[in-house]
Amino acid sequence: MKVVVCVKQIPDPNTTGQLDPSTHLLKREGVEVVMDPGDEYGVEAGLKLVEAAGGEVTIISMGPERGLDAVRKALAMGAAKGILVSDESLRGSDALSTARVLAATAKREGFDIVITATESTDGYTGIVPQAMAEILDVPAVTFAKSIELDGDTLKVQRQTEAGYDVVQATLPVVLSVTAGVNEPRYPSLKGIMGAKSKPLDRLTPRDLELSGVGGASAGQSITAVEPAPQRGAGEIVKDDGQGAARVADFLAERKVI
Amino acid sequence: MALDRVWVFLEVAGGKAAPAGLELLTKARELGSTVEAVVFSPEAEQAAGDAGAHGAATLYAASDPAYTEVLLGGPAADALAALVEEHKPDLILFAMTQDGRDVAGRLAAKLGVPVVANALEVAADGAVSVGSSVFGATLNVTTALEGGAPAIVIVRPKSFAAEPSGAGPAKLVPVAIPVAEKHRRARVVDRTAEVASGPKLEEAAVVVSGGRGLADPKNFELLEQLAGAIGNAAVGASRAVVDAGWVPYAMQVGQTGKTVKPTVYIACGISGAMQHTVGMKGAKAIVAINRDENAPIFKLADLGVVGDVLKIVPQLTEEIKKRKSK
Repeated sequence: MKVVVCVKQIPDPNTTGQLDPSTHLLKREGVEVVMDPGDEYGVEAGLKLVEAAGGEVTIISMGPERGLDAVRKALAMGAAKGILVSDESLRGSDALSTARVLAATAKREGFDIVITATESTDGYTGIVPQAMAEILDVPAVTFAKSIELDGDTLKVQRQTEAGYDVVQATLPVVLSVTAGVNEPRYPSLKGIMGAKSKPLDRLTPRDLELSGVGGASAGQSITAVEPAPQRGAGEIVKDDGQGAARVADFLAERKVI
Repeated sequence: MALDRVWVFLEVAGGKAAPAGLELLTKARELGSTVEAVVFSPEAEQAAGDAGAHGAATLYAASDPAYTEVLLGGPAADALAALVEEHKPDLILFAMTQDGRDVAGRLAAKLGVPVVANALEVAADGAVSVGSSVFGATLNVTTALEGGAPAIVIVRPKSFAAEPSGAGPAKLVPVAIPVAEKHRRARVVDRTAEVASGPKLEEAAVVVSGGRGLADPKNFELLEQLAGAIGNAAVGASRAVVDAGWVPYAMQVGQTGKTVKPTVYIACGISGAMQHTVGMKGAKAIVAINRDENAPIFKLADLGVVGDVLKIVPQLTEEIKKRKSK
């Protein structure tokens, strides 16, 4: 079985991101970058699938050269090979361009399952898996919180507003997984050492025979950026046994009790 | 200059239009001279009254029962693409739900048009522009869509109030586009609701939410008891405890969960990660109870109590019961 897992290198989500004031693009310089924590679940899901059914996991990513760190981390976790699609023209890509690039990469590689997170932790657009599925003309089995594979039938619990649906799909599919679908493994020292000798390809949109992708063709542009009004901090009290009574007073003032 | 035609992807559950879709119809009245709704459900026709009352002149009703047996994304995007070709809307609004994202994402790829998600505001002045917050709502960003029609915008629920226009039911236009065989490769074989009893999270006057600071899943009972004592209150949760399997996703408040705007939000043992605060900072008032005085949640709180949540919550429940019995 061929599993392709999409990963993204993002600014450390524990720091507050910034936009360049002139270009309105994400500031990447001087910012710690990490593999999107949401992608660790996808890598783990892919590894579990091939451990059970045989085959291998290929990691694909789009982004600047620093994105190799995310790909290498996934290789250290156990993936067999990595592909980074990188080109200056891709800077400022919108979600649709990203989906076109990743879909073309997955198609070139061949796949039974393409796995993504449900959204990135920096952009949060959350439509790349669905757009990839449309381009690849396969079902998008989305928001999976549990995954079982029986032959070529995938059975997942899909999160819904009210609870979850049980969805059955025959491969090939695009599968998006939620955080909590599994417990991602840590790369072992052996894994980290071994990752250095695993195949790592670099591609450009030209290699994928794609045109009209990237920042220049984004159908949207940021026209204004301003600091969001922040709530001011209010009264902070240390609980001295009267904390609960103070909260009750507050609720009474707000007329909810 | 307003737009000519604005569509809303309206979801229907239990024979009723979802509130998030009615919010979008209300907003759409400001944006376009013709507002129409599109529904994919065997119960589509039952939404005509609500849709009309909130501004939809027409309801395109795709009521093939097959829409409930498959994942909606593929077939609804196919049908919408055909309807777009015929009616040429300028803008399609989706609520940021699982199905909304599935359909919008596939439709954008199919039509090759841009999509903007996480919208909190939408304006149409010739072109469509979208207001959203990024980086844990520290920056407000305006994005202009210029990549061809229709513009596709995915809006966070609760961004707009749903207000009836006083109009009668929407005119029903049946959509007879069959679900293609290829879409039957992914089938919904069972549906489970994990919704708690009592007021809905999105509608309750008070939301009592718990996080890691509760230390143990069973301590969510303390929050249930507090919500019960308050009355019009619902229990929510941070992503950390949902991911850990303590409580169902339906209770999650935050970027990837529900957006709530209650009169009072009580955060119990929640540190206040940006992921969470995006979903609750619209509350009229925020109370935080946390042991760690440096927890970021205290920067948002109108009232913060530094102390042991496992002691304070039961005391608060008793205090409220005592006051109510007077």
